[in-house]
Amino acid sequence: MDYSGYPVVAARHPWRWVGTAAVALGVLAVAWSLATNPRWEWGVVAQWFTAQSVINGLLETLKLTAISGLLGFVLGFILALMRLSASPLLVSASWTFSWIFRSTPLLVQMLLWYNLGYLYEKISLGIPFTDVRFFEVQTTTLISQFAAAVLGLTLNQAAYSAEIIRGGLLSVDQGQLEAAAALGIPAWRRSTRIVLPQAMRAILPTAFNEIIGLVKGTSIVYVLAYSELFYTVQVIYNRTQQVLPLLLVATLWYVVITSVLSVFQYYIERHYSKGAVRNLPLTPWQKARKFFATHAVANRTRSL
Amino acid sequence: MTVTAATATRGLVEITGVRKSFGAAEVLKGVSLTIEPGGVAVIVGPSGSGKSTLLRTINHLEKVDGGHISIDGTLVGYEVRGGRLHELREKDILKQRTEIGMVFQNFNLFPHLTALENVAEAPVVAQRPGKARPSKEEAKRRGLELLDRVGLKDRADAYPRQLSGGQQQRVAIARALALDPKILLFDEPTSALDPELVNEVLDVIRELATSGTTLIIVTHEMGFARDVADTVVFMDQGQIVEQGTPQEIFTNPQEPRTRSFFSKVLEPAFNI
Repeated sequence: MDYSGYPVVAARHPWRWVGTAAVALGVLAVAWSLATNPRWEWGVVAQWFTAQSVINGLLETLKLTAISGLLGFVLGFILALMRLSASPLLVSASWTFSWIFRSTPLLVQMLLWYNLGYLYEKISLGIPFTDVRFFEVQTTTLISQFAAAVLGLTLNQAAYSAEIIRGGLLSVDQGQLEAAAALGIPAWRRSTRIVLPQAMRAILPTAFNEIIGLVKGTSIVYVLAYSELFYTVQVIYNRTQQVLPLLLVATLWYVVITSVLSVFQYYIERHYSKGAVRNLPLTPWQKARKFFATHAVANRTRSL
Repeated sequence: MTVTAATATRGLVEITGVRKSFGAAEVLKGVSLTIEPGGVAVIVGPSGSGKSTLLRTINHLEKVDGGHISIDGTLVGYEVRGGRLHELREKDILKQRTEIGMVFQNFNLFPHLTALENVAEAPVVAQRPGKARPSKEEAKRRGLELLDRVGLKDRADAYPRQLSGGQQQRVAIARALALDPKILLFDEPTSALDPELVNEVLDVIRELATSGTTLIIVTHEMGFARDVADTVVFMDQGQIVEQGTPQEIFTNPQEPRTRSFFSKVLEPAFNI
């Protein structure tokens, strides 16, 4: 039998259409209520969204995230290496660090750092167990709100990222380390050039979870009356009583930051998948260009 | 008895009474072996006989429990000071290893680096005795030469996963050569390869056998061993049972254990 002249009829999926319609209806209903319910007060949201004080708060949030995220992951990397080292002392020090900072609430850590001046009036550098002091400083002048916030967020972040990075490093084949050692590549270079880039594939998805969590986690520093985004919004709505619209302003900004981070995540993960897959998949942008290119060609051929 | 390549002056390997245990199992029970500069020693034997472990003690990937290994008269992993053996610091061990290249069964190429980057990485960062580190450009130029030598110049920018097993192992050989080692260790270099890819790797090793570099090869390829070796070493249960020229070992083995092993692994046609 020769079937070459028969046209192909695609299979039908009626339930797929029903499902799509139901979801579309739901989305539409939500959008409708957001747009038409006057209590959302979109006008107020728009008015405050780019207000100078809100933008300042946003910048503080970004600053806190960037500094504590960066320091947290660097410290976490060192803690992970300590945990994987052959020295029992380093291993237990690293373990204890993670244990302490993972078992105390961030809120408590934050308040503790801020009130360090109550526990220790002065911080000094000297020879332990003697009266020799090289310099001495009042604790309250050293630990500002900003310092307490960065300290709290960084140490907490380090404890979590240490485990994430350790997991990533462990996922790399032992043969890689052996090959590098056999080639005489120095230990630090072995970690940073051979193992870490390969570990990145396992580290990145969870690390971005952490950073996105940190963006919103910075809102906890409102307990220190530190004027980041969330605290700023609170101050405003306590004055104006427009609680929901202002919470919406903060929320929208958090959504924007997370979205931007997600785009970064996509491209960074793609960068580190070099060599792990035979051919890199196209980026959405490349896909779109390809789509339009082929369709433009198709249109042109059709018009001929 | 060993045959020495006429030009070789470096790469003398002396293994003396080496012992090694993993837990309760003693895998090397006092192994002694001398390989002359530029010699080609092929180690054969049943799996679990300690061949790979012996190979890995030579570049100190495994620390020995007893005995010692020296290369051109210098101890591996230790230093003699004041009548004692001082363990070397990692930095100095790494330095020693640059003179001993190693090729692994599973290639162990760095998958996130291209073929050329794999080859050019170590020379730029490793400290070598009596040699300056080349610049990146210099190392790349030399890397391309080496890839050319193993027939892969046109694949320099490919990542390991884009290469066949045989090509990957050839890149791994080029990578080991990049440090210009005195000695090359091959740990079952063709065991992970499809049968039709084995020869392209063996051909590269064959070419190296005449280059004056000392080669120590653990393999199950008996035909290749016979071709390329000047010493064949038969190991069983952590000991060297017998050693000699390929002729002696393959056609006229003295020990019953050797004979029984070869009767299982050699093709009847090969058993002249």
